Amino acid sequence: MTITETHAPNPAAGDADRPIGYGRIQRKEDPRFVRGKGHYVDDIVLPGMLHGAILRSPVAHARLVSIDTTRALAHPGVVAVITGKDLLGLKLAWAPTLSADVQAVLVTDKVRFQGQEVAFVIAEDRYAARDALELIDVDYDVLTPVIDARRALDPGAPVIRDEIEGRTDNHIFDWEAGNAAETDAVFATADVIVKQEIVYPRSHPAPMETCGAVADFEPIEGALTLYETSQAPHAHRTLFAIVSGIPEHKIRIVSPDIGGGFGNKVGIYPGYILAVVGSIVTGRPVKWVEDRSENLMSTSFARDYIMQGEIAATKDGKILAVRTNVLADHGAFNATAQPTKYPAGFFHIFTGSYDIQAAHCKVTGVYTNKAPGGVAYACSFRVTEAVLLIERLVDMLAHKLEVDPAELRLKNLIKPEQFPYKNKTGWEYDSGDYERALRLSMEIAGYDDLRREQKEKRARGELMGIGVSFFTETVGAGPRKHMDIVGLGMADGAELRIHPTGKAVVRISVQSQGQGHETTFAQIVAEEIGIPPEDIDVVHGDTDQTPFGLGTYGSRSTPVSGAAVALVARKVREKAKFIAAAMLETRPEDLEWEKGRWFVKGDPSVGKTIAEIAMGAHGTVALPEGIDGNLDAEVTYDPPNLTFPFGAYICVVDVDPGTGHVKVRRFIAVDDCGTRINPMIIEGQVHGGLTDGVGMALMQFIGFDEAGNNLGGSFMDYLIPTAMEVPNWETGFTVTPSPHHPIGAKGVGESATVGSPPAILNAVVDALSPLGVTHMDIPCTPARVWAAMQGRATPPI
Amino acid sequence: MQISMTVNGDEITRAVEPRVLLVHFIRDELRLTGTHWGCDTSNCGTCVVLMDGVPVKSCTVLAAMADGHAITTVEGLATGATLDPVQQGFMEEHGLQCGFCTPGMMLTARALLDRNPHPDDTEIREAISGQICRCTGYATIVRSVKWAADHPVVAEDAEEEVPA
Amino acid sequence: MQIPAQFDYVRASTIEDALAQLELHGPESRVVAGGHSLLPMMKLRLARPEWLIDINDLYELDFILPEATQLRIGALTRHSTLLESADVARLFPIVIDAERVIADPIVRNRGTIGGSLCQADPAEDLATVCDVLRAQAVVRGPAGERILSMDEFHKGPYETAVAQNELLVEIRFPIRPRSGSAYEKVERRVGDWAVVAAGAAVSLAEDGSVDDVAIGLTAVGLDGTIAEAEAVLRGRQPSQALFEEAGRLAALASLPVADQRGPVDYKRHLADELTRRVLRRACARALETQTTTTQEG
Repeated sequence: MTITETHAPNPAAGDADRPIGYGRIQRKEDPRFVRGKGHYVDDIVLPGMLHGAILRSPVAHARLVSIDTTRALAHPGVVAVITGKDLLGLKLAWAPTLSADVQAVLVTDKVRFQGQEVAFVIAEDRYAARDALELIDVDYDVLTPVIDARRALDPGAPVIRDEIEGRTDNHIFDWEAGNAAETDAVFATADVIVKQEIVYPRSHPAPMETCGAVADFEPIEGALTLYETSQAPHAHRTLFAIVSGIPEHKIRIVSPDIGGGFGNKVGIYPGYILAVVGSIVTGRPVKWVEDRSENLMSTSFARDYIMQGEIAATKDGKILAVRTNVLADHGAFNATAQPTKYPAGFFHIFTGSYDIQAAHCKVTGVYTNKAPGGVAYACSFRVTEAVLLIERLVDMLAHKLEVDPAELRLKNLIKPEQFPYKNKTGWEYDSGDYERALRLSMEIAGYDDLRREQKEKRARGELMGIGVSFFTETVGAGPRKHMDIVGLGMADGAELRIHPTGKAVVRISVQSQGQGHETTFAQIVAEEIGIPPEDIDVVHGDTDQTPFGLGTYGSRSTPVSGAAVALVARKVREKAKFIAAAMLETRPEDLEWEKGRWFVKGDPSVGKTIAEIAMGAHGTVALPEGIDGNLDAEVTYDPPNLTFPFGAYICVVDVDPGTGHVKVRRFIAVDDCGTRINPMIIEGQVHGGLTDGVGMALMQFIGFDEAGNNLGGSFMDYLIPTAMEVPNWETGFTVTPSPHHPIGAKGVGESATVGSPPAILNAVVDALSPLGVTHMDIPCTPARVWAAMQGRATPPI
Repeated sequence: MQISMTVNGDEITRAVEPRVLLVHFIRDELRLTGTHWGCDTSNCGTCVVLMDGVPVKSCTVLAAMADGHAITTVEGLATGATLDPVQQGFMEEHGLQCGFCTPGMMLTARALLDRNPHPDDTEIREAISGQICRCTGYATIVRSVKWAADHPVVAEDAEEEVPA
Repeated sequence: MQIPAQFDYVRASTIEDALAQLELHGPESRVVAGGHSLLPMMKLRLARPEWLIDINDLYELDFILPEATQLRIGALTRHSTLLESADVARLFPIVIDAERVIADPIVRNRGTIGGSLCQADPAEDLATVCDVLRAQAVVRGPAGERILSMDEFHKGPYETAVAQNELLVEIRFPIRPRSGSAYEKVERRVGDWAVVAAGAAVSLAEDGSVDDVAIGLTAVGLDGTIAEAEAVLRGRQPSQALFEEAGRLAALASLPVADQRGPVDYKRHLADELTRRVLRRACARALETQTTTTQEG
């Protein structure tokens, strides 16, 4: 590795050994968390606060015949019970989704998925609210559900969204990218074609903290303060203004500490709206926090793509083209969090990291009687599905051509000199040195030794597998001209103030759910203006205190907000130059910058530090014309392009031939996220994503029975890896800065979640290949692995 | 019913409904919100507290069952301004991200180190295997516990901190 | 978060007190020990007792007592205590095998052997362990003590012979010479209930042939041990071929149902595979004890 992780010391900070900006420093948020002083939504208690609980449908598809709330209302402690009928009167029974559809807040006509919201009880305490749920009498007329997405478009399939006038089927959208004719032409003459159906099952983000809200409506001012688990407080404020009719300047959204998000806290859920309605109706603050089953059954999901993939190549292993048809199960309401023009997110990055001639994809979205959502879920807008598709197909191609999967990749990776690289579905990859990353991961893994070991083990009948994946992410959404969510351009703001004594506050529009923004963004400011990170406060999560922006998901915080913060710091630095010139009685163009200080060219002893300049700006120094008396600035950053982090992953598994149990023995992850701000935080992000990859590849999924019962509705059945299922991660990195990003950073939050499932799956298939296995679908549970070993296709979830 | 227990060294007495879960008692009644909850089925371990020094899932213990026992929550780990080595270790080795599972993880780590001052990786992983973390991937938690094992509170300091 | 329905609570101070409370509060009262089976069911409102009788203060039921011919274990002994017991590890390694895979370490700090057995979950690991060790359950009631075999104790899923006004107070494992035992479980993830698990206990005759053997399977719908598989081994020298035959017969006897953990044929395959594995390990352990005994002798 040629890159070192240390940075030039900054003498201005008074400590020559200490890096001023980037580098491994402890997190500024940790002291409160390790003392148990984090402040999460359920920790909030307001005077007079009431507690809400939601009655949910036990069935997946049913006409609502009647609701009788009499007994619940009579229960001691119950203050109000709200039903869909009440909401119709308030015109709040349906709310817009993030995908131009609507979603029922409470059922008025028909239940469309198991766990759907039916009624809302408000009581003096949470125990009374929970007790009263059992006292609501509901009569359902059960209907046949549509559970298998493959059957959703059958003629005669029950129409789920029959409330929409004229709707006669469950079709939501067809969307295409690439060129079908060109791609078909390449396939027609290719030497080798590999085809496979690849299923990415439904899963759930399942952060440790479930979703919740505390709504506090103040009737005299007509003002709403809403504390909620939100990854995007500003977007939520605008949407609440539109939904509720409360003017936007009267709405304050506060996202306190968030116990993990992973996309789960992007959407606006009925529970949040019900807390608001409850506060308006009762005149008191109302708290609603979902339990774990509610979380797993109703607030969003991820994946659920059935992909028919095909790859074409020459017989000597040059990949020529890829094409795919995808069936996307969107549940009962189309509520995916994607930019408006991208109903399948950024799935068209399925061309992967390879230089190919043609590509085409078609995605069809359908309604089913399952929970709505379809969030990013640490997958950068469907990149996760796309990468599983291409990386599985490339592995299958290697198997068919009888070449090593790493060698096949090396042969086809886009070369460094080809960047910026325009792929066949319209993306422009910003920068990359793919071969370097893959070779580094092979070196760390000891790839050749592993293959030798595998050969010996195979001779003894042992099942050892080595899996490779290479991924290119597309994150940092995105340029306003292309990307918006419900009409809001995907830009982010930053405001920076330097106080007279040289301490600073930077206000950002993105929202940490554990990513360490209070540290990373302070480090960016520190790097740019040369004051230590501990002297910089990062404010986020309160719409009254922060500039507008679209929030944190899709690995966009550093690519978008990080750029905004760097630019606002540069703006301050530039302003400081003019003030310093006035203080030094010289011309701005005669000054030179070193970290933290403007000094006179040729005479470094004459200069002013940022702290001195801040005092000057706020003091009595005569300021040049056009420079006002502060050291503050603000910007809104509109990214010119997305960023394209990439990585090379290698996984080693051992499969128990007698039971099908898979053990991940080693995992090597080499990531390139461009410029690295805090390596410790980056490593942490990678580790977390890898662990989720183990979950996705081996155990995590939400299944349904034929009646539409959710079979993954608790942590007893929705399995998340523990410390026992994951190895000690081995990480490495390369640095290929993004040329269009102010500091060259690309973002890393989702890389490992994208790259690890195919590495693990490829390793499992590789382990089973002596038995003739060429593919199986995730999750590789013992039973499914065993089925594959018997030569059977993996059964549907 | 009336219950009494020691929480982080303080004697407390309260009247509660028999069905009140210990986690709710700690959070809602005592307002010690460092103890979290994350599931309903005793699977996630974010609610772990120490009962007589032993880690328990406080969502699956009734407050009434803790009557007469000593409870330690995350708020009781530090001694005044001095952090427990486990707390320091989690900061040093990036053993936390969102902070939600962290109190339970640290309490389990403390109980482990009290029993086994020099656990190996496997022993640490086993000890925390009833607790889920979605952020860290566990390796940095293992490192954090090892950091704490390598930096124990020296006995004389401990003596100084305990008032005579 | 889910919350139990209302109930009344009383803490028993002695076994007699617990029995008196059960008598007093009648059929709607339940005993709670570790609470890790009962309280989650109460939170889901699948169980709604009117009275909970907490027996956690009955320290007289928390013991592990080795005697010449049996190991006596108090019903209130926590899983974690069993796991750490040198006597248990020496005499009945199967208990350690099983305890290591029961739930997770923190649940094991609270959960008790008596609670696990009385909950009688069809996927309960300790039920199989007690079956193959030919354990006895000591049950106390108003009329005094009853000693039950495991066949008598188990009445089916979530049902035991312990009457509403009785208390399981003790489990007894008979000690046999030249014996070994083992348990192995396939689970989807650490802490999960078994997909399938198998347990075996073997005692060898002086000539190394199988004197007695018990084979049990968890989570495949069986009550008690599998006589037809045991018969293959009894009186014969242990061998891989016999283990395979026993495995085949165990799989044949099993009655699994398909669920999220796997289809029927997979579970049957595991019944076979795991039976072979635990027999092999139990016999190896029996041989080890034999060697040790010989050396000591």
